[in-house]
Amino acid sequence: MARLNMVEAIDQALSQEMELDPRVVVLGEDVGRDGGVFRVTDGLVERFGEERVIDTPLAESGIVGMAIGMAIAGYRPVAEIQFSGFAYPAYDQLVCHAARMRNRSRGEFSVPLVVRTPYGGGIRALEHHSESMEAVFAHVPGLKVVIPADPYEAKGLLAAAVRDPDPVVFMEPARVYRAIKTEVPEEPYTLPLGKARLVREGRDVTVLAWGAHVRTVKEAAGRLEAEGVADVEVVDVRTISPFDFETVIASVTKTGRAVVVHEAPRSCGFGAEISAQIMERAVLHLKSPVLRVTGFDTIPPLAKLEDYYQPDVDTVVEAIKASIRF
Amino acid sequence: MPTRPLVSYEIDRVEVLNAEGLVDEALMPDLGPEQIQHLYRHMLLTRQFDERMFKLQRQGRLGTFPRVAGQEGAHVGAAFALRPADWVVPAFRETGALMLRGIPMEQLLQFWGGDERGSGFPRGLRTLPVSIPVGTHMLHAVGIAWALKQAGEEAAVLTFFGEGATSEGDFSEAMNMAGVFQVPVVFFCQNNQYAISVPFTKQTASPTVAQKALAYGMFGVQVDGNDVFAVYRVTAEALERARTAHEPTLIEAHTYRVMDHTTSDDARRYREENEVEEWRSRDPIERLARYMRAQGLLDDGAAAEALAEADQKVAEAVAAFEAIPPPGPEEIFAHVYADLTPPLAEQQAELRARLARGR
Repeated sequence: MARLNMVEAIDQALSQEMELDPRVVVLGEDVGRDGGVFRVTDGLVERFGEERVIDTPLAESGIVGMAIGMAIAGYRPVAEIQFSGFAYPAYDQLVCHAARMRNRSRGEFSVPLVVRTPYGGGIRALEHHSESMEAVFAHVPGLKVVIPADPYEAKGLLAAAVRDPDPVVFMEPARVYRAIKTEVPEEPYTLPLGKARLVREGRDVTVLAWGAHVRTVKEAAGRLEAEGVADVEVVDVRTISPFDFETVIASVTKTGRAVVVHEAPRSCGFGAEISAQIMERAVLHLKSPVLRVTGFDTIPPLAKLEDYYQPDVDTVVEAIKASIRF
Repeated sequence: MPTRPLVSYEIDRVEVLNAEGLVDEALMPDLGPEQIQHLYRHMLLTRQFDERMFKLQRQGRLGTFPRVAGQEGAHVGAAFALRPADWVVPAFRETGALMLRGIPMEQLLQFWGGDERGSGFPRGLRTLPVSIPVGTHMLHAVGIAWALKQAGEEAAVLTFFGEGATSEGDFSEAMNMAGVFQVPVVFFCQNNQYAISVPFTKQTASPTVAQKALAYGMFGVQVDGNDVFAVYRVTAEALERARTAHEPTLIEAHTYRVMDHTTSDDARRYREENEVEEWRSRDPIERLARYMRAQGLLDDGAAAEALAEADQKVAEAVAAFEAIPPPGPEEIFAHVYADLTPPLAEQQAELRARLARGR
């Protein structure tokens, strides 16, 4: 089995889904000849031609709006937004149309669209290139929000997103695009949307994360095990919407403690929703308050200050210790 | 180095039927007497339906809705040029066009009456539901047109919008993409001079909407929107160019909103009555009737019969609408996703339990 990074795994998933289903098309800025600014769509235009791998004008709302029309007419577009911070102009199309066309037409028209976008910090990028907007999308009824944590996950989740009958925002953690390699089966496979993943079993505390911070949390869990402080259970939330509260509640019911880690701003971040779900469903099992390790309620800082903002192994370890020693 | 003109432009305005009911024979579209009578009856039906809807709204039997009276020449004329394989991507002031596509009046009443089932049109009509956010839906028309071209279908997409929508960014993105990808789409602007209260001159510094086409590399034309023959002719030509040559077109139907923006608006706050009266005298139905009378296609008896027939159809639709049982609460959850997600299943159960407790 080949060891691939996330860029290669996503490229492979796109290629295989296009091979399997002639309705699948890729569109976006620089996705064709350039292969995407992160090279995620590398080689696709050579293989499938300009009819199915479409370099669009520089217009995010246009890309998503046009893709909605393609989807209504029976295609399965995979639109790329070059950086998550540029998704805001397309937000209107996602909220007002992609998410609602099925409801508005009482099921006649659906929008089986995937909007892929790299997201998140830790890549020393320009302003607007490090945004973490999962809660913004998760708040929209009719959308699904999926975030892979590693290459194996990325391939299977993206294939499932492409085959899903509803619009999916697929957020790719740019920080680990090339930083993690995993075994990735050559043959096509899917992983279920709407199911969280138990990454590491533990007795003392449940730590929930997604995207690049699953890796951060795994490292923190390893350190705490080595120190003999805690046996940490790690859950990769994986699908922000629809949220798999069953898996999360089962874990928290067992451990009695929960820490949520995300890099998005704290207030109204998805950690707040998870915390509320735990309060509603498992409060009597809790031995300590649900804690959050998050970005600040500030603009994501540029490169020189970024490390103060991002959750890291130290801050996660500290929060887990606080949860246990409450 | 001398300067030289790089681009110059001309925009045509097309008129076929004048206010007196006389046509320019050279431009008269190829429409037989039965088609002309069909057009007349449908415009009249649209007018009578609009009038009845207004009364229903004032009686509290219908919600807020946008009136279309006075604009039948534009949107009905355009829709008359469609074939069943074509698609329609509407805004919200095209009631007569939707009816012509086969959407029952009772269903339109249902929609404007606040019942979501009203926008689930009969299947297979290739007509999207009404789109309320101004100017955002033209991109969908471009995507559908792309799909038609990709699939090799000889069909086109007709999308409606108002002149206010041309100020939205998505109008520009849609026009640009249609030009770049050369897809079979016809952008049909009902320039009715007002976006709620803001007049056309405050919407754009451009003297016409039609000329905006030039910057996107497509053909643009203005047509007298109260002249149903001119609208039909221009739209039929544009649709055919789209179907056979994949060339997009922007049509500006120059018309006027003689009614309030919606039933919640009061246009007397921002415009003079004499301006409205001036436009009332250019009524598209009366103009067509003058032509038909001169041609022997209509007389007092036939006009009265057509009116009675329209009123009868409207009355039947209203009766059918009022006999529809109210929607059940399951409609809230039924079409958010293809399959009910676990969080939604839980919330639906919560609502059911609440209702079972009698609340």
